[in-house]
Amino acid sequence: MSDRIAEKYFRQENLPHIWCPGCGHGVLMRDVAKAIDNLGLCKDEVCIVSGIGCSSRAAGYMDFNTMHTTHGRAIAFATGIKLAKPEMTVIVVTGDGDAAAIGGNHLIHAARRNIDLTVVVFNNNIYGMTGGQYSPTTPTGEFGTTAPYGNIDQCFDLPKLSEAAGATYTARGTAFHTAKTIKLIEDGIKNKGFSLIECVSVCPTYYGRKNKKGGAVDLMKWQRDCAIDVKAAEKLSAEEMKGKFVIGELSRCEKPELTAEYQKIIDRVRG
Amino acid sequence: MANKKRVLMQGNEACVEGAIAAGMRFYAGYPITPSTEIAEMSALKLPKVGGKFIQMEDEISGMAAVIGASAVGVKAMTATSGPGFSLKQENIGYAAIAELPCVIVDVQRSGPSTGLPTSPSQADVMQARWGTHGDHPIIAISPSSVEETYRLAIRCFNLAEKYMTPVIFLMDEIVGHMREGIELPDLSEIEVIDRRRPDPDDDDYKPYFVKEGEYVPVLSPFGEGKRYNITGLVHGESGFPSTKAEVAGPQCERLMKKIECNKDDIIEYEEKFLDDADIAIVCYGGTTRSVMRAITKAREKGVKVGMFRPITIWPFADEAVEKLAKKVKKIIVVEHNYGQLVYEVERAAKGACGVEHMGCVNGKVIMPDDVLKKIEEVRI
Repeated sequence: MSDRIAEKYFRQENLPHIWCPGCGHGVLMRDVAKAIDNLGLCKDEVCIVSGIGCSSRAAGYMDFNTMHTTHGRAIAFATGIKLAKPEMTVIVVTGDGDAAAIGGNHLIHAARRNIDLTVVVFNNNIYGMTGGQYSPTTPTGEFGTTAPYGNIDQCFDLPKLSEAAGATYTARGTAFHTAKTIKLIEDGIKNKGFSLIECVSVCPTYYGRKNKKGGAVDLMKWQRDCAIDVKAAEKLSAEEMKGKFVIGELSRCEKPELTAEYQKIIDRVRG
Repeated sequence: MANKKRVLMQGNEACVEGAIAAGMRFYAGYPITPSTEIAEMSALKLPKVGGKFIQMEDEISGMAAVIGASAVGVKAMTATSGPGFSLKQENIGYAAIAELPCVIVDVQRSGPSTGLPTSPSQADVMQARWGTHGDHPIIAISPSSVEETYRLAIRCFNLAEKYMTPVIFLMDEIVGHMREGIELPDLSEIEVIDRRRPDPDDDDYKPYFVKEGEYVPVLSPFGEGKRYNITGLVHGESGFPSTKAEVAGPQCERLMKKIECNKDDIIEYEEKFLDDADIAIVCYGGTTRSVMRAITKAREKGVKVGMFRPITIWPFADEAVEKLAKKVKKIIVVEHNYGQLVYEVERAAKGACGVEHMGCVNGKVIMPDDVLKKIEEVRI
């Protein structure tokens, strides 16, 4: 089923991609393309902005207006693009280190402004590009090359963080739950405001190996078994939810959107 | 009939007026003294011309948003001072390698770190050149009056668009906060350069392809039908990253030559009283004001002193300074720092004459009498 999407939306001359065998990012990149396809958006009017890290290499493979920026700053570059050209659909593809550590400030402030950006975080719970250091989403107690005795940090819940900061749409999908994740990205793009979709990826090379969680298939099985849909999760006790995580649409609300509000100022001062 | 207007204006305000006249329609930044009036004026004026202003969460994002706006073809500017200029450096390098035009105003103040806020300084000269990592081209322009700030703000945008590069507008606190009566030119008399656009029918468009003998690529603004990749990684003609030496070498060389081979067009300087001069003072920016007063006083005493003022700081006017060094007996470089541009002057002079430095790092303005004293010392 993937052939048509790959042909239509990926730059064939730039493939194969650089991701490791078994990495979840390829599936998630296709999910973003499929969501755009489902919405029938014109390629020329879509801009994909990424930062630095494994996730951010996605931009170069995707046949849109693509901008691979500096580490952590994708959302800030995207803010300039969207405000300067609001008619453009701007999607940020970023990772957990990029969005939540070095770029955390831009994430919360873009959410606060409710600027119409769709941020898709490929969360592999580790710094993959630099070789397996712990990230702000590495679970407490787990291992990375810079957490050889176990991670003592607490980790971020990215949808919750974004919602608290002002995002008008937040959701979580996975590399395993393709159909659901595509729908969540689609809804994020449709939302006229700041949307964040955390997409739990898999990193067999570093995260899997460091934490003795098996290979790519084992990690995908873990996603299948531990991701609980938000509606099902409501019926489960805290005890039953232990070791599990919630997927689906997590929050939605309406607030004035930044670029539309700015246009009102222009209209007002120009009479 | 040209419609000229005489107004009383502050340097920072003139910067915004000039930028808007040049076509600036986007500003992103973070407040920092002594540049803040540039943000305030931009916030007030941009929506009136259909432009956009945004106060970002930090200096880094201000720079990033400006580059984003430039990618969609909108002329964009940010303004800052020392500490903020340091924070913007990584993204300035991005603009240089991605070849996205933008203007970064640095209204210099005393440093290092928070330093002496916000006393005058010219100590970001080397940061303007080498602040971001890696070999990269840069243009830096320094105004010495309010009127010149207006004119040079326009020139910064024109150079940025023409050479597809970030341009540093290296102001200083003296010029930024100075108020002067200036004459604003009629808008129809202003030359405005816009970046070249590709042929819409070119099906084989490659953003970083450059014709033989040329150095500047033709980047289509995003959203105008040419889809391609922009990256801070070394890339080939298509914009896709490459680590091949045969791709990296020519691309990195072209990036440097883009400015090097167009020096004659970019470099601007002013010479005064040099015809009979034994001593030449090299100065720039706000310091020029005290220097000019000192030269007048010295000449009244019969000392033959002249002035050489680089308006384009980077690329440096090597050839003109080399000629100057052969002509005079002594050069004094007067600058508001512990010694920065003096090294460039020494390099360019190639030992043809003595080069002395006069600086100031106590936060005070270099006064005409200070310069006069130095002239008299040198004369002995």
